[in-house]
Amino acid sequence: MVKNPRWVAYVLIFILLLFIPRLLSIHDLMLFEYGLTFAIVGLGFNLLLGYTGLLSFGHGAYFAVGAYTVGMIAKYFPGAYSLEILIPAALLFSLIISIIFGFLCVRHTKIFFSILALSLSMLLYALLFKLYHLTGGSDGLRVPLPTLLGISFKGIRRPEFLSGTYYYFLLVLFAISCVIMRGIVSSPFGKALQAIRDNEVRAELIGIRVRRYRLYAFIISGMFVGLGGALWSFVNGHVTADLSHWVFSGEIVYMTLLGGFGILEGPIIGAILFTYLKLYAMGNTQYWMFVIGATLIVLVLLLPNGVAGAIASLLAKLKRKTVKGTPC
Amino acid sequence: MWVIYTLNGLYFAALLFLTSLGLNIILGVMGILNLAHGSLYAIGAFIAAWTIIQIVGKVPVFILFVSLLSGLVLAGIVGFLMEKSLIRAMYKRTLEYQLLLTFGALLLLEDVIKMIWGGQAYYASAPFELLGKVDILGHVYPIYFLFVMFITFLAGLFIWFFMGRTKLGIMLRAISLDREMATGLGLDIGRLSTFAFVLGSGLAGLAGALVVPTTPALLGIGMEPLILAFIVVVVGGLGSLKGALVGALLVGFTRSFGIAIIPEIELPLLFMIAGIILVVKPQGLFGR
Amino acid sequence: MLTIDNLKKHFGFVRAVDNVNMDIREGEIVSIIGTNGAGKTTLVNLISGYIKPDSGRILFLDNDITYASPYIRIKLGVGRSFQLIQLFGNITVLDNVRTALFSKYGMIRRGLLPADRYSSVTDEAIKILDNFNMSDKKDLTPTGLSEGDLKILDIAIAFALKSKLLLLDEPTSGVATNDKFKVMDSIVSAIKKEGISTLIIEHDMDIVSGYSDRVIVMHEGKIMAEGKPNEVMENKEVKATVFGIVS
Repeated sequence: MVKNPRWVAYVLIFILLLFIPRLLSIHDLMLFEYGLTFAIVGLGFNLLLGYTGLLSFGHGAYFAVGAYTVGMIAKYFPGAYSLEILIPAALLFSLIISIIFGFLCVRHTKIFFSILALSLSMLLYALLFKLYHLTGGSDGLRVPLPTLLGISFKGIRRPEFLSGTYYYFLLVLFAISCVIMRGIVSSPFGKALQAIRDNEVRAELIGIRVRRYRLYAFIISGMFVGLGGALWSFVNGHVTADLSHWVFSGEIVYMTLLGGFGILEGPIIGAILFTYLKLYAMGNTQYWMFVIGATLIVLVLLLPNGVAGAIASLLAKLKRKTVKGTPC
Repeated sequence: MWVIYTLNGLYFAALLFLTSLGLNIILGVMGILNLAHGSLYAIGAFIAAWTIIQIVGKVPVFILFVSLLSGLVLAGIVGFLMEKSLIRAMYKRTLEYQLLLTFGALLLLEDVIKMIWGGQAYYASAPFELLGKVDILGHVYPIYFLFVMFITFLAGLFIWFFMGRTKLGIMLRAISLDREMATGLGLDIGRLSTFAFVLGSGLAGLAGALVVPTTPALLGIGMEPLILAFIVVVVGGLGSLKGALVGALLVGFTRSFGIAIIPEIELPLLFMIAGIILVVKPQGLFGR
Repeated sequence: MLTIDNLKKHFGFVRAVDNVNMDIREGEIVSIIGTNGAGKTTLVNLISGYIKPDSGRILFLDNDITYASPYIRIKLGVGRSFQLIQLFGNITVLDNVRTALFSKYGMIRRGLLPADRYSSVTDEAIKILDNFNMSDKKDLTPTGLSEGDLKILDIAIAFALKSKLLLLDEPTSGVATNDKFKVMDSIVSAIKKEGISTLIIEHDMDIVSGYSDRVIVMHEGKIMAEGKPNEVMENKEVKATVFGIVS
C-alpha cells in the first residue's frame, strides 16, 4: 500500500496536536478547543454546502440540539451524565431533528430551501426561548463536568478538566470525524452528492434519486454539527437559545466560506481562523459585528474560494511554473 | 374581545404586508434574498423615532406624521447604496455568495445603527397618543392602528396600480417573469434592478417607521419582522402580490389570536401552519 | 427492440408528432433528419420519458413504456445525450463516467470506502473512456476540455448506463467541423462494439450518410420517407422539403 504523502502529513499534525496542552496557556487552549469543535461543525456543514450544493442558514439548530441534549441530561438525568452516554445521545437527537427538518427542506429548491432551513432553526430558537421551565429560556442551561467511563472529575475545576482528559477526548473525536468525512467524500456516495451539486437534472437521469440523497447529506451534516455542539457545550460550560438563532448559523456558513468550501480541509482552517477572528474583534471593539460583516464582504468579493482555496490555487500556479521551467 | 383580536390581526398583517412586499419585490425582480432586509426596517424605525423625538412639540401635528416618511426615505437611500456597491458584484455569483454578502451587510448595518444611535431605546409615542382612541362596536381602540392600516392600504393600492398599469411597473414585472427575455426586449436591467431594490428597501423602512409610535426603536428590532416576512413569502408564494397579502393576513391573524390564547404557542403555531401549507403546496399558496 | 405505434403529441394547434410509426432493430444505427420543428426532438423526448404522448404506444423490449417515468426507462435501458451538454462540471472525467456506473450498479449508498478502491467499476469506467479515446484525459475536469471532448463525455455517461438504446440529440452540434468525424468515429466505434441500437438526430448530411444504417425523414410531425441513406437522399420530396432543392 502506497502511503499517500497527505496521510503522512495528517499523522504528523495529529502527533503535534497531542502536545498542544503543554504549549498553550489554559486560556489559549480553551480557544483552540472552541476551534476544534467548530472544525467538526464545519466538516459536517460542508458536506451539505461544498459537496451537495445546498446552503442552509439554519444549521445552528442542530448545534443547539447537540448542546441542549447535554444540558437537558445534566438537568433532568444527572445519573446518566457521562460522556459515553452524552455523545451518542447528542448524535441521536441531531439525527431525529435533522430527519424531520431535512425532510421538509429538501423538497424545495435553492431559495426556498434556504428560507425554510432558516425558519425552522428559528422555530427551535423560539421553543428553546419560550419554554423556559424546561430549557431555562434566556438564561439557558448549565453544563457541569461530565464523567467518563466511570471516572468522575469532581473536585477539579473546568480549566483543568479542559486541559487534561477532555482535550484528548476532543482531539480523538475530531480525528475520527476527519477520517469519517474523508471516507464519505471520496466514496461512491460522495461522488453521487457531487454529481447532484454539479447537475441535478443529469444526476436524476443517471438514476440518482436526488431528493433522497440530499436528505442523506442533510442528515449526516446535521449529526456532525450536533456532535460539535455537544462537544462545544463542555468547553463553554453553558448553553443558550441563541445557538439556534440564524445569525449563529450564519457564522457557521462564514467559517466554512472563510476556509473554503471546495476542499475537505477548508472548513477546519476556517473554523480555527474564525474563532480567533471573532475573539480578536470582540476583544478590541464593541462593533465586532461590523468587523465580521466587513471582512465577510471583502472575503466574498476577493477570495471566493476561501483561504484554503486561495492557497490551493497559489500552490497550483507555482506547480505549473516549476513544471514549465523558467517563468518568462 | 374578538373585535380587538381581529383589528390587531389586521394591524400586524398591515406591517407584515409592507415588509414582505418589499422582500418579495426584490426577490421577484432580482432573484436576490436580502438577509439585511430587517436592518432596513430597523433603519426606518430609528430615523423615524429620532426625528419625532427631535421635533415633537415644535412643529404642527401634521408634520409629525409626515416625518414617519423619513423611514421610507432613509431606508431607500441605504438600499440604493447597498445595491450599487454590493448587489452589483453579486449578479454573476451564485445564490450562496449573494446570501453571504447580504448577511455581511446585515452584520455591518446592525453595528452602523449602533454607532449612530447607540444602544438605547427611542420612544416616539407622540403620534400614537395624539390620534387618541375610538369606539368600535363597543370596544375602545387606538386610532393609530387604524391609521397604519390605512397607510398600508394606500401603499398596497399604489403598488398594485404601479405594477399593473404603469410602464415602469410592467417592466419590473417583465424582468421578474423572465430576465433573459427582458434583456432581449432592451430593458435596462441595471437601472430597473436598482429601482426595485430601492423600492423594496423603502417599504421595509416605512414599516419600521410606522411601528415606532407603538414600540420603542431598539437594537435588533428588525430581526423578528425579517423572519415573519420570510414565512409570509414562503407561505404566500414567490412573486405574488396576492400571496403577500394573504400570507400577511394569515400570519397577522395567527399572531393576534395566538398571543391572546396562549402566548407561547404563537410562533410554533405559525410554523406548524406554514409547514402544513408547504407540505401540501411546496411553492406556496399563490407561488409560481 | 423499439416499436412505436401511432404516436401522437399535439401542443395546442402544433402537431409535433403526428401518427408516427417506427421500428428500431437491435444493433441498428438510425438517423432522423428533418427541418427545424419537424418533431424530431419531441419524438426523442417522448421515447426518453421527458414528456408523455396524447395517444399511441411505445414498446421497448416488449415493455410498454408509453407512460413510464424517465427513471424506469433508464433502468430498462433507454439512454440519451443532450444537445446542450449536461455534464458534472466539477468532478473528473473519470468520475463523470464512474458515478454513472456506481448508480447503475446500485452502489451509491456505499459511503465509507474511497471510490478508487472499487477497482472493477473503476476499470470499467476507464475501459469505456478508452472506447471513446478519452482515457488519457480521465483525471481532468470538464473545464479543461474541448467542445468535441465534452460531447463525447456526455455520450460516454449515457453509455455507462448500459443502455440498450441510445438517443443522441445532435451529437456533433457545436463541434468544430474538423473534429466532427473524429467525434463520430469515437462514438460509433464504441456503439458498434457493444451492439447498441442508436437513434441519432442530425442535421449534417455527411455525418448521416457516413454512419447510419437507415435514415428516417420527418416533416411536420409525420414520417415522410425512410430507407438507406443514399435512397433517401435521392428521394424527390425529401430533396424539396428538407434540402430545398427543386428539380
